[in-house]
Amino acid sequence: MQPGVIPSPKTGRELVDEYFIENRTRLLEIAAFLDRLDRTDASLVDRDFRVRAFRDALRLLDARPAAGEAQTRVERIQHLLSDPTTEPLEKLDTKSARGAYDRWQLGVA
Amino acid sequence: MMRYVDLHAHMVSRTTDDYLQMALTGCVAVTEPAFWAGWDRSSADGFEDYFRHLTDFEPKRAAQYGIRHFAWLCLNPKEGEDRQLAREVLSRIPRYLQSPTVLGIGEIGLNRVTRNEIATFRDHVELALEHDQLIHIHTPHLEDKYKGTRTIVDILTEYDRIEPSRVMIDHAEEHTLPIILENGFWTGLTLYPQTKVSPERAIDMFERYGTDRICVASACDWGPSLPDAVPHFALAMRRRGHAAALIDSIIYGNPIAFLGQSPKFDVGAEPRSGEAATTVSPRDHTAATSSAGVAAA
Repeated sequence: MQPGVIPSPKTGRELVDEYFIENRTRLLEIAAFLDRLDRTDASLVDRDFRVRAFRDALRLLDARPAAGEAQTRVERIQHLLSDPTTEPLEKLDTKSARGAYDRWQLGVA
Repeated sequence: MMRYVDLHAHMVSRTTDDYLQMALTGCVAVTEPAFWAGWDRSSADGFEDYFRHLTDFEPKRAAQYGIRHFAWLCLNPKEGEDRQLAREVLSRIPRYLQSPTVLGIGEIGLNRVTRNEIATFRDHVELALEHDQLIHIHTPHLEDKYKGTRTIVDILTEYDRIEPSRVMIDHAEEHTLPIILENGFWTGLTLYPQTKVSPERAIDMFERYGTDRICVASACDWGPSLPDAVPHFALAMRRRGHAAALIDSIIYGNPIAFLGQSPKFDVGAEPRSGEAATTVSPRDHTAATSSAGVAAA
């Protein structure tokens, strides 16, 4: 990843000191969400495109960008969740987006 | 004292307490794009009442708190599928463009990226060009954002008459910001508690891409949103260690550089000692410079 146009005023150590606790909290919230789903219906990952996209996105979190890879983690997750098609819809299907593109045509469980 | 312009705020959905909070945190002006009410209006008359609200009542309400209020008019993308209604509403907009607080056409754009939405979007672009108006654009939500932003940029670049520096393509995120900036448009980062962008991610984007042609706004409306999102962003910038002058250039200098291209826009403020006047002349792109020295166009 290229260095930023505006350098971070804080060092890496200082960023960890300042933001570790709140991001630890976010990590545990995601873990608890997945545990909650497991207690109700562990098969949702096979039947609900949102859960499958979520699981796939988690795998990208720990994947370091390869050498020469321009996209950051957040960009790769954004694209994973995005509609990759280019053709307009013939007519309006629903008023609101749902947060992930159903690339598997799974639908909602 | 901190000062800021909230370039995107749906104040018809907010209380007077919100105006008070914004004034107390340094807000000097808001601009309010026409948007979806959360339900579809039943007629062009309904839109006309809304336009009267935006151009008459709301500026008076804001003025009670020392805040200048400006508006953008359109039929929003969520209702753009109804082509007949869109044509009727668009025919009524020109008379309101004469209002002293209307800055342009907005927030037009796309929702689910349908053929009818695209046709309605093009009609609005033509209207803006015909009346020499600034344009403010909404990009779709969530999984539709990338496709919608790509489509909007492709359409706009078809028009030789469009000056990208007079167009704001709003609600950018990490995967759409480069597309917008590379084509010369202004863009906005929407500070929402759930969808769109958090203050921390917005700061990351400024650190990666610089401050040129990027604004932040609350887009506060009837959903989960904060009328004081911009000062929250400023606080997060300070926590990250950024200088006050840089923060001021983003939350005050940049929106003024974009909005000042309309001769109607004026925050009515005297420049602080050591800085240039903050109101720029319309079309004077060389003068459209933020306080960080970043060229606007």
